[in-house]
Amino acid sequence: MFSFSLRPRRNKSAETAKERLQILLAHERADGESPDYLPMLQKEILEVVQRHLSVSQDHVEVKIDREKDISALEINIEIPGPSSLKVKAGA
Amino acid sequence: MAKIIVVTSGKGGVGKTTSSAAIGAGLALRGYKTVVIDFDVGLRNLDMIMGCERRVVFDFINVIQGDAKLKQALIKDKRLENLFVLPTSQTRDKDALTIEGVEQVLNELKEEFDYIVCDSPAGIERGAHLAMYFADEAIVVTNPEVSSVRDSDRVLGLLQSKTRHAEEGVEVKTHLLLTRYDKERVARGEMLNVEDVLEILAIPLIGIIPESQTVLKASNIGMPVVLDDKSAAGKAYEDAVARLDGEERDMRYEGEEKPGFFQRLLGKTG
Repeated sequence: MFSFSLRPRRNKSAETAKERLQILLAHERADGESPDYLPMLQKEILEVVQRHLSVSQDHVEVKIDREKDISALEINIEIPGPSSLKVKAGA
Repeated sequence: MAKIIVVTSGKGGVGKTTSSAAIGAGLALRGYKTVVIDFDVGLRNLDMIMGCERRVVFDFINVIQGDAKLKQALIKDKRLENLFVLPTSQTRDKDALTIEGVEQVLNELKEEFDYIVCDSPAGIERGAHLAMYFADEAIVVTNPEVSSVRDSDRVLGLLQSKTRHAEEGVEVKTHLLLTRYDKERVARGEMLNVEDVLEILAIPLIGIIPESQTVLKASNIGMPVVLDDKSAAGKAYEDAVARLDGEERDMRYEGEEKPGFFQRLLGKTG
């Protein structure tokens, strides 16, 4: 009964909670009140690609994985193959 | 046909987001393709509770404003095949939500999903109003505590007057979800019991979620609590989801699964 401590040992889930918050809040504070840059980034990339290829917003997949020291931004653009271009040309 | 379910309460901190995540995951576990939408613009938290906060790219507001396609904003759960999250914006304010925008997104989601769970913000302002406006059914999350019960009553009134169904003369089906229920305190007469709350609110009970350490643990790690199927809270959510799906289940009044340190001590000496 006297082993009761005011500072109980942290269990694993609390550590996970702290780490998740630290990563997320670091990103949110860095972004501040500035508007989301991702929609703009997507728009501009798409514009550049569209100068050369016929792609639409539907063909773009943007993924992000925020980590402690580094974040990964992954942009996949699906380019219609020659067969679909032929169909388009024939239509 | 997709069903739209709003998880609402009026009062904050009663467990709306925890319940939205658990119910969404529970429906997905039963094989339904389910999306959970965060309506709390500016105070995004559903992503945290569901553990996908690091993967948010686009949000509900980006879709409404045409800056992203719905498909791009939906985040697929890493654990459940059928579960998706539509996060809200952390930087905009609630005026970015428009009734037309919300309707358009919901209509598009209806094409693809079996269940659309709308996680309402606290209060009865714009976000809460839009979260409930298109709902077919409502889960009113209530704690056995005077202010929560009072706010739930107010929200029940709004559900039957300020929603599209209500405007068309159709009743919105409502369910009471009692959360943070502490059996011991009820037994000691310190907390309103189920019967008291049911007598006052007079709507059908869909589940009783016991006050449980598991809920905090689930939030800590970003896992819907229903996935902890060994815990009393997880089981209680599983039961609630089964009832939502039309199954008959006996109401369990389980407490915390493990007695606390002092309870164990008292049990041994007593």
